[in-house]
Amino acid sequence: MFRPSHFAAVVVFALFASVVFGITQRETPRQMVRYGLYCFVLFVGAAIALSWIMYFIAR
Amino acid sequence: MATTQDKKNEAGSGFVYLPLIVGWLVPGGGHFLLRKWGRGALLSVSILAMFAIGIAMQGKLYAGAHDILEMLDTAGDLGNGLLYVVSRAAGWGADQVTQTTGDYGSRFIVVAGLLNIIAAVDAHNLRTGRKA
Repeated sequence: MFRPSHFAAVVVFALFASVVFGITQRETPRQMVRYGLYCFVLFVGAAIALSWIMYFIAR
Repeated sequence: MATTQDKKNEAGSGFVYLPLIVGWLVPGGGHFLLRKWGRGALLSVSILAMFAIGIAMQGKLYAGAHDILEMLDTAGDLGNGLLYVVSRAAGWGADQVTQTTGDYGSRFIVVAGLLNIIAAVDAHNLRTGRKA
């Protein structure tokens, strides 16, 4: 059984979802790469930010 | 020399839903059908990997419709096309989620299905000429 950490799961999820978003939501290869990177940063950044918010709420 | 109107007519002729159906049944298949090899390969690898990781994490393959959430999960899982059918037939995935990673796995499988639907619709848009 594959048991990644929560953060590893977030990164893998963000990677694959960003690839699909980049390819399907933009027209040219350059735009696809830029949008894919943008989505990846937003996915991972949002997860980190929300994690810190929940950490302080829980204390 | 082909004009823009000729290209539009060419794009709109034939069975335009074939890439949509093939793309749903086989991840990336719609793009392969349209000879978009690079895009198809990336979509295929991403969706297959996400589904396989979900199964490896002992995620649940939903089949029932007892409540609204389970119905939505089943709809998402069905987006995986033949992957879902094969996995159900082979008995892959967990019957009940008992660990946290199993819950992550269930989300991976559902999202893989939803991404596959997005990819299939993209293949349809390429076929009709709505997207370059």
